[in-house]
Amino acid sequence: MSLLIGSITIGLILALLALGIFISFRIFNFPDMTAEGSFTCGAATGASLIVAGMNPLLACLIAFIVGMLAGATTGVIHTHFKINPLLAGILVMTALYSVNLHIMGKSNMPLLNETTVFSWIERFSSSVSGPDAVSNLLGWEVNTRNLWVLLFCVLSVAAFSFILFWFFRTNIGTAMRATGNNDQMIRALGVNTKVMIIIGTALSNGFVALAGALLAQYQGFADVQMGIGMMVWGLASVIIGEAIINDNSLGAVILGAVIGSVLFRLLVAIALRWGLNPNDLKIITALFVFVALILPTLMSNRKPTYKRKVNA
Amino acid sequence: MLKIDNIQKTFNVGTVNEVKALENISIEVEESSWVCVLGTNGSGKSTILNAIAGSFPIDEGTITLNGVDITKWSENNRAKYIGRVFQNPFSGTAPGMSIQENLALALKRGKRRGLGWGLPSSLIADLKKIVAPLNMGLEERLDSPIGKLSGGQRQALTVLMATAVKPQLLLLDEHTAALDPKTAAKVIELTQQIVNRDKLTTLMVTHSMQQAVSLGDRIIMMHHGKVAYDFKGEEKKRLKVNDLLSLFDEIRRKDMIDPAVAKLLQEYYV
Repeated sequence: MSLLIGSITIGLILALLALGIFISFRIFNFPDMTAEGSFTCGAATGASLIVAGMNPLLACLIAFIVGMLAGATTGVIHTHFKINPLLAGILVMTALYSVNLHIMGKSNMPLLNETTVFSWIERFSSSVSGPDAVSNLLGWEVNTRNLWVLLFCVLSVAAFSFILFWFFRTNIGTAMRATGNNDQMIRALGVNTKVMIIIGTALSNGFVALAGALLAQYQGFADVQMGIGMMVWGLASVIIGEAIINDNSLGAVILGAVIGSVLFRLLVAIALRWGLNPNDLKIITALFVFVALILPTLMSNRKPTYKRKVNA
Repeated sequence: MLKIDNIQKTFNVGTVNEVKALENISIEVEESSWVCVLGTNGSGKSTILNAIAGSFPIDEGTITLNGVDITKWSENNRAKYIGRVFQNPFSGTAPGMSIQENLALALKRGKRRGLGWGLPSSLIADLKKIVAPLNMGLEERLDSPIGKLSGGQRQALTVLMATAVKPQLLLLDEHTAALDPKTAAKVIELTQQIVNRDKLTTLMVTHSMQQAVSLGDRIIMMHHGKVAYDFKGEEKKRLKVNDLLSLFDEIRRKDMIDPAVAKLLQEYYV
């Protein structure tokens, strides 16, 4: 059970990553590789600031801003220097590797004895219900502290999802969605699509970096390698969410990305529990995304028969 | 109103594919005038529309709209004054977004887009009023995605969107060329209604000589990046489809003579 709760918690933290990937990939149609670098960058920034004694929430905020800067760089490289989105992202991702090493000063930074968001929650939990308290959840014995952590993650992901939902329904957010949908049309309606793309990649990588900062605090260290494969991971979450929700409205897709992230983390946890070699995790993830990408085509081949039945 | 002064545009400069798309073109369009632009393929008729809209920078010359020099303006800044309908019915609307969202976007053309709610419920009634004259029943399905509509419906909506905020200049780029005749006639009728109602200054590129003869008050015929003929006023009113056809024939004959004569001369003198 504690494995289940831990997986859901990590799934929720990575849901912020999924939301970031959702912004670049689904809203802007922009395959943004920057995420791999900005995820680590968020973790490195957050960890270094926390080690330096900063308030962990403030450190998260700064990680978010640093992620936005990284994303904006990719956006500018793409829009103003006309470089292919994929390549623009790879350039920034590669550059960020050095930046991340400089931020941390070493390749791995432990946070075990530092004040993090989660050590706050731990202290809060032991002050409310005593240290090492155990709660009864549907007949299972669970560490109360883990439940508080889970609640914190649920609430923050809900808040960020709502902010995104609200933002993409505002005038500027609607213009951003139109930019990804038909840029010629929205330019003819007076929108500077370059600015929209830059804001979009910035926002996307802000979310990704925030996920990195939170994950570093949760697992107790930041590592320069932790961003590898994160884009595919986020993409897998978004795709699972879309498959489950099967509705194209904005709210449904955002909710789908969150659910997809949690579900994907659970699947991975189960697979590891069943004896999957952790070294095989990335190839399994890649294969999974591959299957998920071709699945809609296979499904749509089935659709006509379904429609005929409805009409009859 | 619109003043194009001596503009030039050459594509693919310095390559074998170099095309002089616009050669020293000067056109002045009066307020509330409706100009039909005709021309052979590759004559530069769409290029001149795109040059005015700002799709690419021009090499020489100036474009002035209502006394404002917009030559150096970006495409999206010009959109503040210019409404556009494209040839491709799918170009003017965002397929993944609903009819109401597309219309709401159009109502903000050239205005600041901030953090206000993009689709306030108070707006829905206005949007219904905008689409009701189309008689397509769209007012009942404002929340369905535009991608589900037919090309004709989408083009009709694009015309509405381009004119939802009254533009100083309306650019129509063969906007009925990709539609079947019946739908094309409907879209033309809608365009005519709106242009006449709002007294819009309009520049319409068309392939159809019937449209050129029956619509507007001026015909410009282009050929090889230049203005070949320019008919206004009474002269334009007297013009028939057959007159235009014979003009096209004349242009084509001139084209054919040139290489033939060149060959003849070559045989004689070389």
